[in-house]
Amino acid sequence: MTPTPSSSSHRLPRLSLERRLTSPWWLSWVIPIASVALALLAGALIIASQGVNPWEAYRAMFEGAFGTGYGVAETLVKAIPLMLAGLGVSVAFRMKLWNIGAEGQLWMGAWAAAGVGLFLYPAWNLPPWLAILLMMAAAVVAGGLWGAIPGVLKGVLQVNEIITSLMLNYVAISWVLYFVDILWRDPGGLGFPNTAPLDKAIWLPKLTWIPFLPKGHRVHAGLLIAILAAVFIWFLLNRTKWGYEVRVIGENPEAARHAGMPIVRNIILVMILSGALAGLAGMAEMAGVAHRLQRGLSPGYGYTAIIVAWLAKLNPFGVLLVAVLFGGLLVAGDQIQLTMNLPRSISDILQGLILFFVLGGEIFGRYRLRLR
Amino acid sequence: MNTPTARQPDIAVEMRDIVKRFPGVVANDHVTFIALRGEIHALLGENGAGKSTLMNVLSGLYTPEEGEIFINGEKVVFHSPRDAIAAGVGMVHQHFRLVPTLTVIENVILGLDDPKFRLKLEGARAKIQSLSEQYGLKIDPDAFIWQLSVGEQQRVEIIKALYRGAQILILDEPTAVLTPQETEELFRTLRSMAEKGHTIIFISHKLDEVMAIADRVTVLRQGKVVATVAIDEVNKEKLAEMMVGRPVIFRIEKPEIEPGEEVLRVEDLHVRNDKGLPALQGVSFVVREHEIVGVAGVSGNGQTELAEALYGLRPVEKGRIFLYGRDITQASTRDIIREGVAQIPEDRHREGSVGNMGISENLIMKHYRRSPVSRGPLIDWGYVRDFARKLVKRFNIAAPSIHTKARLLSGGNLQKLILARELSSEPGLIIAMHPTQGLDVGATESVRKQLLEEREKGAGILLISEDLDEVMQLSDRILVIYEGQIMGETPGEGADRNEIGLMMAGENRSGTGDTSLQRNTSNA
Ligand SMILES: Nc1ncnc2c1ncn2[C@@H]1O[C@H](COP(=O)(O)OP(=O)(O)OP(=O)(O)O)[C@@H](O)[C@H]1O
Ligand SMILES: [Mg+2]
Repeated sequence: MTPTPSSSSHRLPRLSLERRLTSPWWLSWVIPIASVALALLAGALIIASQGVNPWEAYRAMFEGAFGTGYGVAETLVKAIPLMLAGLGVSVAFRMKLWNIGAEGQLWMGAWAAAGVGLFLYPAWNLPPWLAILLMMAAAVVAGGLWGAIPGVLKGVLQVNEIITSLMLNYVAISWVLYFVDILWRDPGGLGFPNTAPLDKAIWLPKLTWIPFLPKGHRVHAGLLIAILAAVFIWFLLNRTKWGYEVRVIGENPEAARHAGMPIVRNIILVMILSGALAGLAGMAEMAGVAHRLQRGLSPGYGYTAIIVAWLAKLNPFGVLLVAVLFGGLLVAGDQIQLTMNLPRSISDILQGLILFFVLGGEIFGRYRLRLR
Repeated sequence: MNTPTARQPDIAVEMRDIVKRFPGVVANDHVTFIALRGEIHALLGENGAGKSTLMNVLSGLYTPEEGEIFINGEKVVFHSPRDAIAAGVGMVHQHFRLVPTLTVIENVILGLDDPKFRLKLEGARAKIQSLSEQYGLKIDPDAFIWQLSVGEQQRVEIIKALYRGAQILILDEPTAVLTPQETEELFRTLRSMAEKGHTIIFISHKLDEVMAIADRVTVLRQGKVVATVAIDEVNKEKLAEMMVGRPVIFRIEKPEIEPGEEVLRVEDLHVRNDKGLPALQGVSFVVREHEIVGVAGVSGNGQTELAEALYGLRPVEKGRIFLYGRDITQASTRDIIREGVAQIPEDRHREGSVGNMGISENLIMKHYRRSPVSRGPLIDWGYVRDFARKLVKRFNIAAPSIHTKARLLSGGNLQKLILARELSSEPGLIIAMHPTQGLDVGATESVRKQLLEEREKGAGILLISEDLDEVMQLSDRILVIYEGQIMGETPGEGADRNEIGLMMAGENRSGTGDTSLQRNTSNA
């Protein structure tokens, strides 16, 4: 009995994937760029289906987000919460903890900061700088605790963190809206669902000294906080014992166990850190842009942050960069709605397409396509 | 020169001038390799010599930069393992590629084009059974992979290759994970395959095995072919010298030393395995300074659980463990490491290293908590680099740089990395599981020397190994474990192989280890 190999020789050629054992160095650059290009191409089809010239639309989007000083400023404003929440998500992802709960952690951070700003600050007669620091601390604690819940459940009871962190988003948003709509609602707010504004003295200061940006832009100190946070995270992961543990656990938990690394403790700590950063994002948005707690404070920054972290390959400085691109996308979405009569959700669609193509493209880093 | 010699009818495989480079290394440097039909051809060489790479080229996993391959005289170009198997070349890798949650049949037909939509298991079962009878590969086609021993999984891999019509079968270090009995069975299978006209190429570091089963041998050194010789032209010493480039001493000096203080004391240890079944049932023993205590036994008799319990990785149900007289039964792994216990784990990929991290980051996994590797909360990467360079040199780890990712190291070099890490912390107790598994003769020699050196320096060593030669050569005392119990103890010096073999098979189960041993000796 000698089976012959020829039995498979007369079939149609077809595509197959083959595992790459080595990949050329340039591949890790070409693939994401090509993926984004393809995503934009697919987006062009959708835009064209709306009877709009996609080339014109993209140009308008780019102009809107990066073409003017005002556009750049707005892009940065939108990028700030994406940066902070994206950093939070990337820290958790480093340890293969799939924290999908940045949105809820962000809302909890905003809520706690608003509580300090609206009530503690006037009641205790705090100096403004101290109030701002306290608002940040409150956001860190609230976001951190909100992240700790799925962390503890995962570490101690092995409950899947994807589900718990996601579900806690809805809990958090409902909780905060209860305050916005009822408990802390501004009686003089003409029926709008929001709290009273923060005292101007404790707004996050505008970065008026940035050159080239138009007067009256809205870029605030949250940008500095985000940059500092990125440096801090990079340092933490790459220079400290703790960061080393986090990386080892993320890459190979079994080897970490054999090296005596405290896995449960680090799961909880990383989730706290991740939540704290997302909480800061909420504080920055609240104290830097909205200046009050309100419905629609976050248009889903916590979810976009997941895309940002992933596209940045979890690199903290990459997160800053990708956050600016996605901030631009948000601004551009508003822009084309005004000028091109396209629905604003085009920018959501593009976000989704980019994630979809980049995730899909990753397979070509590990496999090679072959016609046979 | 250019007419392929492969036109001769009895040449099954001819690889000509194969060149395969990786960043920083030429793994195969103009290698020409010929294997005949119906022969068992051994491929020998030091760790990192390029054996696996060459066979990965032959089985279509790697595409060579230069060179040609002829199968049965016909030139072939393989882009993938599928192409290779279509040409009759199958490979059994050292790390099996089976899906644990599927059955044997399902694994065998996985990835085949044949049943297009609906699985037709009956035909497959018949074919598997006929192959299994033909070649003496005992297997239950309906068993799940996770239920099978390592040896049985290997049989599945072989059947998988045969099922796909492999005429040429490559086995990468097939015996490294097998018990002596399983090795015997494998060799019977290989012989019967060769008799039926298959070509067997197998990689091994065990020269006794090569001498016992191979017809011809090709030796590689640093990516180049040293020679291809018929087995009756050489002996073990000659082969070792061809591999290493210098004579290798097989007998190592083991100086007589009086054991010192007690390092480890285990009392009536009871531990459960992952499935919750008793794995250790009342194990007691002592390891002292200057002493190597060997634990011999067929794998799966509680050795893994013993090592894990001693290292704080597995809860102890009953019994106590003392280190230097201090109770460490409940201590954490971290504390046990701090107390100077080193471990050479069973699975170097899964438990012993982080594949995606560099050599230097892997080397500090046990040291990073202490000065001078870290100061306060910070790791001193400058110091780490020097530290890594020193260890790479001292332990002869062959790699392009200290930042090379661990997963790119050859099997032997990865083991050296783990040894370097564990022994550099000046341990008081070393728990070593299969410390020379997959190492070449030179490296094996050096590891054994290192362990003996540690013994001289005063460490106590618990050597858990299936390699009876190794246990007998190194140990001062040998414990034989069977089904979670110590069957008996014999001194290492002048131990009787058969007696140990009998105890490993659990033959003298009555009474305690010592008495059963006496009874057995008096019977013999
Ligand atoms: N995918 C890879 N990328 C980079 N280098 C590699 C890769 N695979 C192997 N190497 C390098 O090529 C050389 C040959 O490796 P190979 O695995 O063929 O050795 P080997 O002879 O099988 O050794 P061992 O006996 O230790 O298994 C080594 O230096 C190894 O580090
Ligand atoms: Mg190898």
